[in-house]
Amino acid sequence: MVSKHLKRLYLALTYIFLYAPIMFLIIFSFNSEKFSSKWGYFSLKWYSTLLSDDRILTALYYTVLVAIISSIISTIFGTITAIGIDKMKKGIGKKTILSVNNLPVLNPDIVTAVSLMTLFIFFKVPFGLITLIIAHVAFSVPYVILSVLPKLKQLPTDIVKASLDLGATPSYTMRKVILPQIKPGIMAGFLFAFTMSIDDFVISFFNTGSNVTNLSIEIYSMARRGISPEINALSTLMFITILILLFLANGKDLFKKERKNENY
Amino acid sequence: MKKKGTIAHYPYIIWSILFIVVPIFLVLYFSIIDSNGNLTASNYTKLFNSLYMLVFLNSIKLALISTAICLILGYPVAYIISKSRSKTRNILMLFLVIPMWMNFLLRTYAWMSILGKNGIINTIITTLGFPAVDIMYTDAAVILGMIYNFLPFMIIPIYTVLIKIDKDVIKAAGDLGANKLTVFKRIILPLSIPGVMSGITMVFMPAVSTFVISQLLGGGQFMLIGNLIESEFTTVGDWYFGSALSILMMIIILLSMAVLTRFDKDDVKGGGRLW
Amino acid sequence: MEKDILIELNNITKKYDDNTVLESLNLQVRRNEFITLLGPSGCGKTTTLNIIAGFETVDNGSIIFEDKVINEVPPYKRQINTVFQKYALFAHMNIYENVAFGLRIKKLPEKEIKKKVQSILKMVELDGFEKRSTDSLSGGQQQRVAIARALVNEPKLLLLDEPLGALDSKLRKEMQIELKNIQKQLGITFVFVTHDQEEALTMSDTIVVMNKGKIQQIGTPEDIYNEPKNRFVANFIGESNIIDGVMEEDFKVLFQEKAFECLDKGFNKDEKVEVVIRPEDIKITESGHGMLSGKITSVVFRGVHYEMKVQIANTEWVIHNTLHAQVGENIGINIFPNDIHIMRKASE
Repeated sequence: MVSKHLKRLYLALTYIFLYAPIMFLIIFSFNSEKFSSKWGYFSLKWYSTLLSDDRILTALYYTVLVAIISSIISTIFGTITAIGIDKMKKGIGKKTILSVNNLPVLNPDIVTAVSLMTLFIFFKVPFGLITLIIAHVAFSVPYVILSVLPKLKQLPTDIVKASLDLGATPSYTMRKVILPQIKPGIMAGFLFAFTMSIDDFVISFFNTGSNVTNLSIEIYSMARRGISPEINALSTLMFITILILLFLANGKDLFKKERKNENY
Repeated sequence: MKKKGTIAHYPYIIWSILFIVVPIFLVLYFSIIDSNGNLTASNYTKLFNSLYMLVFLNSIKLALISTAICLILGYPVAYIISKSRSKTRNILMLFLVIPMWMNFLLRTYAWMSILGKNGIINTIITTLGFPAVDIMYTDAAVILGMIYNFLPFMIIPIYTVLIKIDKDVIKAAGDLGANKLTVFKRIILPLSIPGVMSGITMVFMPAVSTFVISQLLGGGQFMLIGNLIESEFTTVGDWYFGSALSILMMIIILLSMAVLTRFDKDDVKGGGRLW
Repeated sequence: MEKDILIELNNITKKYDDNTVLESLNLQVRRNEFITLLGPSGCGKTTTLNIIAGFETVDNGSIIFEDKVINEVPPYKRQINTVFQKYALFAHMNIYENVAFGLRIKKLPEKEIKKKVQSILKMVELDGFEKRSTDSLSGGQQQRVAIARALVNEPKLLLLDEPLGALDSKLRKEMQIELKNIQKQLGITFVFVTHDQEEALTMSDTIVVMNKGKIQQIGTPEDIYNEPKNRFVANFIGESNIIDGVMEEDFKVLFQEKAFECLDKGFNKDEKVEVVIRPEDIKITESGHGMLSGKITSVVFRGVHYEMKVQIANTEWVIHNTLHAQVGENIGINIFPNDIHIMRKASE
């Protein structure tokens, strides 16, 4: 009905739309001129400015630090909680916990950000690394729970009984039977928490101290002051990092056997 | 094992009360008091001021436009990808997702350098001899920013639902005499509605509550609800009004969710929402 | 406790919220016995099994295993193993690891584990399958892995919770024989749960018929089949014709307005009773030449026999006959004393 070429063209245009801005950022990071209206010559000067910019490096440090700490805490906390929730009997209690758990997911991040900030101010908690980490854990744990719970639900019937029946104590069962089988959910939850933390802006903006910053906040301040090719250089470096990470993670998937569900 | 009481989730109950429930109640509390601590409805009545109503309506308008455009542009993409061979479509989806991994602010900033007075578009236009256009700091710029950021959020849920449609259902329709257009209109489209609803939710919500996009691409004067909240808390310092705005925002979102998830057949609580 | 009895349930009562699932249940299981708990869904048979295994607690009563009360003993300390209905295999382990699971916990040396696993896999005809993953196996094969995984631990008692439910009928019949052979070979006591009465009749040494949390009858398959104690058992096991009758005197029962000679005695004179006659025990003869006469209202071919419905006065009888007959035909029927079984009328 619609010709194959038209479809291909449409897809191509979409992907060009998605990638063009990033490509421009990358290209102009090598421009000696500040504005993209003029092309000077190929230059790496913005990269050297970037790498010697202490503010950016500090921001990068905190971004990664907070991401690692908060995602590890969230994953452990969330997994234990998910296991507990899964064992609950259906009822008001379970529904309430799940609904409350959904609030940070459903709420726009500005509301979550502002509410946490209000909490910290109300209880006179000084803003800094601690409040930042708490905030990140608060919005990550729900995602971990939402990743792990389905895996728990999918566990074969009676699997725990079978393990106990064969002589395993409850803790042995947890270690050797349950956790290995929900590992994909735990990993997905961790990845989600990590990604959301690295990328977070709004919640961090409202809940950090003046000496603790992250990459997003830095970029925001720089962007508000106007165009700065340092940002372009940063974009390029981040993009390359992403490609490398994705290739490492998905490399084997790309060569996986074709699954049975072909197109219809 | 289900018989034994477990306390594994108790710590989180305490945590969530402290860091999820209490904060929201605090905001609620602040929204109904004034600077002297007296109960008042003034923060809410202020909302009905025409200025603020404009902001409110503008946010919804822009979010709706962006969502609609994302749907119109995104559905065909999801459809075309879903009809590709298994290996191709995995690669296509992967490439769709990669820009999402770029920092959200960088993606928005990218448009600043494209749309600005000295940006690429103007460079091309002026080189061709036309007068420069002022796209930055307009509705269009903000909408463009929203579409750029949220388009994948529309495509992915629709795609996920489309590939789950049982092939046999399509075959049965064809067997009963339906041509390709009819199959699409009467079978595929209706079956994809849950994905469409999911996509609409995932675009509308961040669009209506954004403040970064409107700040960077709309400029300091451009006000959406998100910006308003931010300024009330940071620059203006009227926490009480800011809280009322936040509560309003929460209500908008939760209402939209209630409406939209009525179409969500899949078990949302099971975690299926994480595409 | 007799040396013979392996496990005994004394006065077991179990409630879920307000629902009484088991009421004052008393059961004794002998060593090397193949005993089956048989009954419809919800009769309490699976709950009984869970109580024996230790997955459920009891509200009242005691579980005595080899002379020791084991109410408080957790499942992982009981010398009892279970084969679950849905197999419950560990999907993240291969077959070898699944079967070796219990042995590893006992910290047996690796060499010994290997020997035992290979030997049990051979017994269930899955030798060579050690490295396979659980999802690469068919239902029947998964079932045998579940059996192997339980048996390799040499339990004193094996519990089987409707293990053959998910198999197709031919495979099911094969497995029934295999299980029976394994039980005889290893000399392990089996407690088997099923709702399929044919399965119970085939495999068991003893059948315990249950309904609504209470034991209806305990006996050998022949006893249960030939001498059901009440209407429930008569209806549940095989097919029956249950007719209202009156015991005129010992060895003589009156039904369908005719007197029949029978083998039962000990009832009061003219006591109202229920008469049970199995469809396959009724002999068909020419019209007018039998003890009763009737008209055939339906004939259905069942492979093994024809199932016929015959209207005699105002009662519809079910007869299984290997020879064909026509619908509408008038026939006579004969019933021999041996085939008439009398039950007390149940007090509702």
